[in-house]
Amino acid sequence: MATTTDIEIKTDIGNFIYPEKHTYDAGIGLSEEVLHYISNVKEEPDWIRKFRLESLQTFYKKPLPTNWATKDLEVINFDHIRYYLAGDRAPKRSWDDVPDDVKQTFERLGIPESERKFLAGVEAQFDSEAAYSNIKDTVAKQGVIFCGSTEGLKEHPEIFRKWFGKVIPTSDNKFSALNSACFSGGSFIYVPPGVKVSHPLQAYFRINAENFGQFERTLIIADEGSEVTYMEGCTAPKFDTATLHSAVVELVAMKGAKIQYITVQNWSSNVFNLVTKRGIAHEEAEIKWIDCNIGSRLTMKYPGVILKGRKARGEVLSIALANDGQHQDTGAKMIHAADETTSNIIAKSISVGTGRSTYRGLVTMPKHLKNCKNNTECDALLINTNSRTDTYPAISIRGDGNSVQHEASVSKVSADQIFYMQQRGLTEGQAMSLSVNGFVNDLTRHFPMEYSVELKRLIDLEMEGSVG
Amino acid sequence: MNQLEIKNLNVSVEGTQILKNFTLTVPKGEVHAIMGPNGTGKSTLAKALAGHPDYEVQSGEVLLDGVNILELEPDERSRAGLFMAFQYPSEIPGVSIANFLRAAVQARLGQGEELDATAYYKHLYSKMDLLEIDRKFTARSINEGFSGGEKKRNEILQMAMLEPKYAIMDETDSGLDIDALRIVSNGVNTLRGENLGILLITHYQRILDYIVPDVVHVMWDGRIVRSGDKGLALELEDKGYDWVKEELAASQ
Repeated sequence: MATTTDIEIKTDIGNFIYPEKHTYDAGIGLSEEVLHYISNVKEEPDWIRKFRLESLQTFYKKPLPTNWATKDLEVINFDHIRYYLAGDRAPKRSWDDVPDDVKQTFERLGIPESERKFLAGVEAQFDSEAAYSNIKDTVAKQGVIFCGSTEGLKEHPEIFRKWFGKVIPTSDNKFSALNSACFSGGSFIYVPPGVKVSHPLQAYFRINAENFGQFERTLIIADEGSEVTYMEGCTAPKFDTATLHSAVVELVAMKGAKIQYITVQNWSSNVFNLVTKRGIAHEEAEIKWIDCNIGSRLTMKYPGVILKGRKARGEVLSIALANDGQHQDTGAKMIHAADETTSNIIAKSISVGTGRSTYRGLVTMPKHLKNCKNNTECDALLINTNSRTDTYPAISIRGDGNSVQHEASVSKVSADQIFYMQQRGLTEGQAMSLSVNGFVNDLTRHFPMEYSVELKRLIDLEMEGSVG
Repeated sequence: MNQLEIKNLNVSVEGTQILKNFTLTVPKGEVHAIMGPNGTGKSTLAKALAGHPDYEVQSGEVLLDGVNILELEPDERSRAGLFMAFQYPSEIPGVSIANFLRAAVQARLGQGEELDATAYYKHLYSKMDLLEIDRKFTARSINEGFSGGEKKRNEILQMAMLEPKYAIMDETDSGLDIDALRIVSNGVNTLRGENLGILLITHYQRILDYIVPDVVHVMWDGRIVRSGDKGLALELEDKGYDWVKEELAASQ
């Protein structure tokens, strides 16, 4: 058994650290040598090594997006980050084989318990590599592939190569280029035609090390008429130095397929969370992003759907909670590229204390398309007088046959509301928590139950701590 | 001990003194009505007792069964057994009455105690049956889009669920038509009993036809100037508040 004496426990759930024990460490800073190190450790084919090296050049060339985004990005020092840390390259199929300290980490986060209760498969990533990966036999027998990105590209190149980097090109932005250069971990999922995976597949991303960058890469392909739900959760302990999490997630829904991708992140307040997420929906396919962003110092994330086939549907339901000193810069992109495509965006943000939430939306419908529809609603809730919210919707609708509807609202929790709830016996923190839960309620009631419960718990924790 | 005792309470709002040595005792089991013209400090009394941060208590004591509650936070006063039915209850979008009350009941449990959901709903439904409230009512968001009557019934339902020792009802009759007034009054009469003291604040005599008080007080310029039985309310109705004013002027 591992000792538990040197575990540091803080009140917020994800904030605990186990001592680092890494077998593989690419050192500090980014260079071609680092990429060679990663490729060597992973024993990757040459095309990936080449892909990494080219991506590094793209990363160098691309500027930080500070012309439109926050200058806070300049705080990230790419020379001080560690890009690859791993204990063991091969994920275990049984929790019994996972090293004790890592296993305890995930047990404290409730992962094995959730797996037993309601999941079809779990992948648990610890720093750069998955420590555990398992899929239920019944699901595997249907031909569903669920593994890490390294295993995916080596074992299933015929599917992997076809779509990898095609939904989100390396040059999409500086951070997609960075991820392309040094990606490790993340999930590869393939669902064969007609297969409907009844329970969600889950990945859990845990950062344990200090001044580290986690760059998981996820690729999900749902073949014709198939259905899959993928859930991801993220936490990290609180360090004094900046931690970087920069993922790339690509989804491909073939004709008539449905993908639901659910994120509940609860990063500590030193994490820069700069993630690119996008899906392609082919004819009559549906991609739904449910994105709940809590914590982090800065999150920049705008899940998107390219509606490529006729009657494709895209949806983003997002909740962002910016607490003191945090900035949630989130939103959605809907690129209509075929007739009769529909998209729906509902974004709710909550700003607490000096927290700042920003909504950025992009909806495009070119002139030649017919009968496309978009609905966008973004609602902001301000808790304190010094809280801040901004909305930047960019809507480009051409042609007569398309329609778009946009609604936005800003509301504030009033002193009278809080007093009313306090008069019924709720503390100020409980009262605020209830207001926030009420504000997101019409959205969360559509979430899978397990995630609504988890989200409510996270909101309660955030709001309890926010009352001065 | 078994009483709500307000002693020499002085309260100001934004620098203006409203309550002036206000003194009143409401024994448990009794209904006391406070009547008075607008601007005399009736609502200030209610809010100061409940601990609203805008109302500054300069001096005095408020003893709930012998314990001074003036140093307590509003939520602590509530959990100590003080309930206030609001004249203008707040809307809380997205929070159903059932969930709100559940949170309020949970807040009364000890650390680590979990609310028994089945027992809670059983309790809630029994109170709703008692007050003749439709089951669908509690699925609605607190006060959102409620009529005046629905808002007040919601207040009475919360009072029934939280089982306070003392309830201050701030102009519960305002904005109610005669049917709503009858329904709300029936609710209060149902809850009335030896374990509850009620301070009923009102501008009009009308509600006292339905909720018959044990004692009637007349408030003027921040304090009680006359007390009597329910006959006093009828006398007021007959003669108007000017009568009190004139009597007061004559006595000084």
